[in-house]
Amino acid sequence: MSNEDKKSWWAMLKRPSARYSMGTLLVVGIASGIILWGGFNTAMEATNNEQFCISCHEMKENVYMEYQNTIHYNNRTGVRATCPDCHVPMEWTHKIVRKIQASNELLHKALGTIDTPEKFEAKRLELARHVWASMKKTDSRECRNCHDYESMDYTKQGRRGRAQHVEGFDQGKTCIDCHKGIAHSLPAMYEEDPSAALGGPK
Amino acid sequence: MKRSMVLGGVLLLGVFGSTSLMAADKVVSLRGDQDISEASQSAELKHWQDRDPIPRDYVQQPPLIPHTNEGYVINLKFNKCLTCHSWANYKQAKATKISQTHFSDREGNDLANVSARRYFCTQCHVPQAEAKPLVENTFAPLPAVSGR
Repeated sequence: MSNEDKKSWWAMLKRPSARYSMGTLLVVGIASGIILWGGFNTAMEATNNEQFCISCHEMKENVYMEYQNTIHYNNRTGVRATCPDCHVPMEWTHKIVRKIQASNELLHKALGTIDTPEKFEAKRLELARHVWASMKKTDSRECRNCHDYESMDYTKQGRRGRAQHVEGFDQGKTCIDCHKGIAHSLPAMYEEDPSAALGGPK
Repeated sequence: MKRSMVLGGVLLLGVFGSTSLMAADKVVSLRGDQDISEASQSAELKHWQDRDPIPRDYVQQPPLIPHTNEGYVINLKFNKCLTCHSWANYKQAKATKISQTHFSDREGNDLANVSARRYFCTQCHVPQAEAKPLVENTFAPLPAVSGR
């Protein structure tokens, strides 16, 4: 594109239309707005389901396998929480932020950072810490889309659960403080809690 | 016709009579014989899965697990039981702490953490379920141990 062309494009954008009526411009504008916005949303939703998540073998062969043994996959009432239910915020702004962050995951997919089970295992603690930190920061927002402590009937809970929930909420704790590793295998936890893993100080 | 009317009248009388008799008794609510302004003692909710520690039946018996342990992972990387029962965590969790015997190897040397031979809790400690014994037996707990 020559300099002359650029200038005329800019001039055309700045100048009010002399050829098209206000009505035409409005109709075309609104229609293209709907198509573009709808297309954007459709594309975003297409990347926001389990099938898309496990189209990467890194997800399918590691975390997805582990998740299939947990209560969020298979349970009495048949309610299932899929990948995005826990890992992508529902609210629009937070969702967009998370989607932009996910571009980093594309980079590491290309680099093959965790493309073998061994590499994944070596990174597991670091990856888990990222998720724990972000859940802690948002007060376990994605958990609370379904599990709201104000809707909990403590009398239906077990004795230990009831005591711990009441105490935990009083102390301002959030879900992830206690409920780690409920949907995926935990990393080697010696660094997190040496008393709950095999081994001794190095 | 006449007889049935008389019968009906007698029945009705009977019903009224019994209700007035009942009204004469003291009304006892489901909370027991308690004044309305008194705070009632609520019963402890019963859950089969979560109970107080179960008394031991014989010497050297590994204590039974008085709660469900479904989904509690024990592997080389992590031990779910110890997140409550380890010496570092039992106070916060208000749980029983593991015995000191779990910290020594088979030569009797004390270790800095739980010994590998005592790490896999469910090899010895098991939860209980409400199940009828399949075979009749005459086992009786030792009175000196169980207090029963």
